[in-house]
Amino acid sequence: MSSETMTLFSPQLAARFDALVEKYPVRRSALVPMLLYAQDEIGYLSDAVIAEVAERIGITELDVRNVASYYSMLRFKPAGKYNVQVCTNISCMLRGAYDLYERFQEELGIGHKGVTSDGLFSLEEVECIGACCWAPAIQVNYEFHDELTPEHVSGILSGYRGKAALEGRTSNA
Amino acid sequence: MPRLVSHPDEVKVVSKRFGQGAAKIERYIELGGYESAKKCLEQGPDWIIEEMKASNLRGRGGAGFPTGLKWSFVPKKSDKPKYVLVNGDESEPGTCKDHLIFLHDPHAVIEGTIIAGLAIGAKLGFIYLRGEYRYLLEIMEKAVADAYAKGFLGKKIFGSDTEFQVITQTGAGAYEVGEESALMESLEGKRGVPRIKPPFPAVVGLYGGPTVINNAETIATVPHVIAMGGVAFAGIGTPRNGGTRLFGISGHVQRPGVYELPMGYNLKKMIYEVAGGIRGGRQLKAVVPGGSSTPVLLPEEIENLGMDFDQVGKAGSMLGSGGVVVIDDQTCIVEFALRTISFYQHESCGWCIPCREGTDWLKKSLTRFHAGFGEAKDIDNIQYLAENMMGRTFCPLGDAAAMPTLGFVKKFRKEFEDHLNGRPCPFAKHVELAVI
Repeated sequence: MSSETMTLFSPQLAARFDALVEKYPVRRSALVPMLLYAQDEIGYLSDAVIAEVAERIGITELDVRNVASYYSMLRFKPAGKYNVQVCTNISCMLRGAYDLYERFQEELGIGHKGVTSDGLFSLEEVECIGACCWAPAIQVNYEFHDELTPEHVSGILSGYRGKAALEGRTSNA
Repeated sequence: MPRLVSHPDEVKVVSKRFGQGAAKIERYIELGGYESAKKCLEQGPDWIIEEMKASNLRGRGGAGFPTGLKWSFVPKKSDKPKYVLVNGDESEPGTCKDHLIFLHDPHAVIEGTIIAGLAIGAKLGFIYLRGEYRYLLEIMEKAVADAYAKGFLGKKIFGSDTEFQVITQTGAGAYEVGEESALMESLEGKRGVPRIKPPFPAVVGLYGGPTVINNAETIATVPHVIAMGGVAFAGIGTPRNGGTRLFGISGHVQRPGVYELPMGYNLKKMIYEVAGGIRGGRQLKAVVPGGSSTPVLLPEEIENLGMDFDQVGKAGSMLGSGGVVVIDDQTCIVEFALRTISFYQHESCGWCIPCREGTDWLKKSLTRFHAGFGEAKDIDNIQYLAENMMGRTFCPLGDAAAMPTLGFVKKFRKEFEDHLNGRPCPFAKHVELAVI
């Protein structure tokens, strides 16, 4: 599939995928990155995304689903615009990750894998994110925030609310 | 941004460019970067492997296999292309050292990959980072592009007739993919399910070709071994344990952080002097010495314990990934054991039944136990289950789940007994852990 034909993805991402499948000794090696990058743009792995990825690589949709269901970052339904991932694994737990997670639940009014009604935030309790020495740590989408206390929670959330409002204004202008 | 720490006892080899702006290629070159790769290009594969053997560098991912020996297993002649694979899937709880390497010294990873490629006669290397490390992947991608622009990677590296290419790859969330054969499956676009061994990757690896797979820290150490010489590197550590190691000290210490210390450094000193001791004036209860899969050690067991693969092994645990998790006396060990097993239950790929069922039953038993609904026979059952998982799976995940559980039950049996008969957990704050 070339970037000129019908695609779900932006021209930039479609072009990136065209290059990605040619990069490896076998096309299929592009599968996992392609799924993650597609999710980054579309928000989740919709049926249409799965169909297009399968076609681009030349494998069945079932094959794609089989692989996608293995990886914990890949999802089959939308998350919030900002996906808050709170690590509660041992190093974070020892430094108060559960208090932090509770505060996020209270502030957002949602639990594990919940999405706020405005679609702005989702929340997940996640396994170790590799920030053990700067615990407790979270990721919002791909952004790390570390050495947190529950007192940081409202500031972090309002930061992202502000970011979303700013983007909204720019796109309406 | 992860905070950098330092201590006078540190011997900075791998971390010496941290905080020096070395992610920029010009700065890396200014600091002596890519000289080791050039030297290896002149000296050839046999020389490289001899230097690596002399260095006593052992795999930093956890298993501690001698790097030079691993490289020497790759057949010189092969009908299929050979590959170098860098494991940056860093996911062992308690471990965040590769995070700093990718952030501060990405070119060291590239240079180490080139050298490994020269040593085994590979023309292509892959650098695989866990999906959560997107910002680090972007740093690595920029570094790779810059290395291509300089001619350090490509068809004719450093102006020679030798080809070496590098491809960066992202994962998408899976601890299991840190296991070498599962990582190869993932890179081939499949579920990260482990392969049966033998054949080992050095003979049949990625795409069926001979493959060297090394942890990112191991690879980032290689240029330094070449620069200082294998014998000099070995001289920093203890016998059979060459060099330094990036120890990530986390948990209840005053100054958590990643510290580079010589192999064999005393664990007690590491906790009390380097990391400033236990925070809040509390007492040390236990230490997990090398990432969540390594059996717990008691305060009396660390008195004279040198942190190298052999000494920690002799003490009944493992040096593992170098992630030292420090636990104070206000912590419930049953809860800690439960959080540990919850992780392995979540991450088990389900391929091998003892691991899939064992982690699930252990989680169920420990959940019930911690909530105060345990029975005396459960303690023995937990131990029995864990013992029967050991050595019965394709990959080490089953062992990684069973080993720490056995440690907790054996060394803290009394604390398990204190939870019996519906008595509330003496430490309980979070009676029920959220189910991931």
